[in-house]
Amino acid sequence: MADPHNASNEIDHVTGTATTGHEWDGIRELNTPLPRWWLNIFYVTIIWSIGYWIAYPAWPLISSTTRGVLGYATRLAVEDDLAIQKAGRAVQSAELAGATLDQIKADQALLRIALAQGKSAFGDNCVGCHGIGGAGSKGFPNLNDDDWLWGGTLAAIQTTLQHGVRATTDNETRTSLMPAFGRDGILKRNEINAVANHVRILAGQPAEPKADLATGSRIFEQNCAVCHGPQGKGNQELGAPNLTDAITLYGNDLASLTETITNSRNGVMPAWGERLDATTIKALTVYVHSLGGGQ
Amino acid sequence: MSAAEAETDDVPFFAPSKKVYPQHVSGPFRRAKWLILLACLGIYYALPFVRWERGPNLPNQAVLADIAHNRFYFFFIEIWPQEVYYFTGLLILAAFMLFLMNAVAGRLWCGYLCPQTVWTDLFLAVERFFEGDRRERIRRDEGPWTVDKLWRKILKHSSWLMIAWWTGGAWVLYFADAPTLVRALASFTAPVAAYVWIAILTFTTYALAGIMREQVCKYMCPWPRIQAALTDDEALNVTYRYDRGEPRTSFKQALRLRAIGEPAGDCVDCQQCVAVCPTGIDIRDGSQLDCIQCGLCIDACDNVMTKTGRSQGLIGYDTADNVERRLAGKTTLYRPIRARTVIYAVLIALVGSAMLYQLATRRTVEISVLHERTPLFVKLSDGSIRNAFAIRILNKRPDTRLIVLTVAGLSGIRLEAVGTDATADGRPIVTVDPDSSREVRVFVTVPPGVPLRGTQPISFIASDLFVGEVVRSQDHFFAP
Repeated sequence: MADPHNASNEIDHVTGTATTGHEWDGIRELNTPLPRWWLNIFYVTIIWSIGYWIAYPAWPLISSTTRGVLGYATRLAVEDDLAIQKAGRAVQSAELAGATLDQIKADQALLRIALAQGKSAFGDNCVGCHGIGGAGSKGFPNLNDDDWLWGGTLAAIQTTLQHGVRATTDNETRTSLMPAFGRDGILKRNEINAVANHVRILAGQPAEPKADLATGSRIFEQNCAVCHGPQGKGNQELGAPNLTDAITLYGNDLASLTETITNSRNGVMPAWGERLDATTIKALTVYVHSLGGGQ
Repeated sequence: MSAAEAETDDVPFFAPSKKVYPQHVSGPFRRAKWLILLACLGIYYALPFVRWERGPNLPNQAVLADIAHNRFYFFFIEIWPQEVYYFTGLLILAAFMLFLMNAVAGRLWCGYLCPQTVWTDLFLAVERFFEGDRRERIRRDEGPWTVDKLWRKILKHSSWLMIAWWTGGAWVLYFADAPTLVRALASFTAPVAAYVWIAILTFTTYALAGIMREQVCKYMCPWPRIQAALTDDEALNVTYRYDRGEPRTSFKQALRLRAIGEPAGDCVDCQQCVAVCPTGIDIRDGSQLDCIQCGLCIDACDNVMTKTGRSQGLIGYDTADNVERRLAGKTTLYRPIRARTVIYAVLIALVGSAMLYQLATRRTVEISVLHERTPLFVKLSDGSIRNAFAIRILNKRPDTRLIVLTVAGLSGIRLEAVGTDATADGRPIVTVDPDSSREVRVFVTVPPGVPLRGTQPISFIASDLFVGEVVRSQDHFFAP
């Protein structure tokens, strides 16, 4: 056994294996080389890695990496996947784009596609204000209920989505401005208190015992009825909320009402037509309409 | 290795296994094994092609694991993924049956029914066909490589690979429509997964039945270990009746001894039982882990006993107790009905009837209700409270069904389903396609004035408009 690695040429008599010649307290180290097959596979992997470096992005440089001759990049792979996804949906998207809202609502298959697309678009764009599932919060309407500021029909929802609410960038936007009655000095403090109590009565809530309800009623007629209607039933053309139902956007306790009348609220929503394509708007319309309040 | 050094003797830790050359044998056990082999392989290879009409909407393959559509079909039974407990039940049944078999007559499974045994038997028959019987094979393997040896080996291995390939091929047929897949396989248009699985099973069959054989039973299979722990002295096992066989001696010596009235056993030490053994053991050493109890040594010994003019059954199915009893001069006794077998039988009956009951009363419509959480409840403009639910309706019948949804539990409570137009007495009717499920969004509304506090239980009721099958699901109504 003329093994160059075997310094001692000593054979361990139990195993028949050569030793390395190293010995510690009578324990000798056997010279057991790695198995040939293992080594060969190891060499193959080294050769493979060289090919890999050439073919694929591998070595980090200062600002990027080596590109590799195959031109592969994870980013490109993602884009390819997205293109495949888009192509896979092409037929459905085209159908959706060509259909009217009523057609979509009537066709189960189209409706399913629109709802799925609407749900994901809602998650991307709307939940920031309206909350997951359109649950809403103070100042941001709950889209599940049957109370609508600007109308709950498919067409009305589509218009609202397309042009937004009080969106400065869109000429056809839903707009109306409630004056800040207190801040702008239109009403005095005691008048505001009176009209707030009147609104409480309209909503079926108890007023303050010492409230001047007659004044409140008169001021409501002079200042508020033009938009909210003489009975406070609201007007969706103007986005004026119904003050008599069980749903309020900013609360109908006296403090909230006083705050609303004093400073006004005038919530805003972007004109989504500027950011989303018509099909997505359509899908969103159908989705919002399906949440439970659609008319 | 230093441990080896510490040992005084130089015995190696690893003994390479000696190749077993089982000899051909004929007899009733061999015949029974052939019949079982034919039956098992016949069922395995032919079953995917058996048709079973289920109507126009379902596949017509009798046994089919339709992974793509999440269904398992077995003749008249169709299983959905959520009913996987049927398989649990089958596994429990299989385990108890294995225990019962073991308590009655030892390793019946290992000796006759196990795929490892069946395929190894088949591969051995092929080997014998090309390379001859035991002696010839041993001689040829020890001899130098000749053209004759080469072509025999090549033919044997190619035949093995072909059988193995068919084994894998039959396996994938259980997962797709068999005739279609066969055509696709033949024209190389089948899915890659099919080829990969065939390749894997070709390899495992070839390796396990052709090369590893008895090593699988001896070293890989857990059952011999479990079996050894489960067995008792009253179970029938392939037994060398040493009370009759010992002292063993040669045929002529036995004749001489008997002539002078000396004791002589029936065993003539001809080694036939060893030669035919597929695991290469000597049954005369007593019952042992490596014995798969295939009964071939019984055939071999019976043939010898016939030739030597002694009665058959020197090796036979017997219990360890009985050998002791005969030695002690007592009468033999075998009790197949005893506590152990009765308990196993009762357990099998219990599990089996539970499964049958489950199958017989299996609902073909089911609903699963998921309360929508954002928002949990909505107040409507008139002050009523509404909860939204997603209800998935499962139709396990092969035809379209009309399911009526209702809700109960609170006064004035009413239900409407999104996307369904038809109603029956104001209750929505949901159309569910054959053998599929459909999810509908459902609004449940309680009018103002009903006292609501936190959550209250409600129940959904789905009933088939025509068949009348009714299922219920409990849930909760949330209020402010």
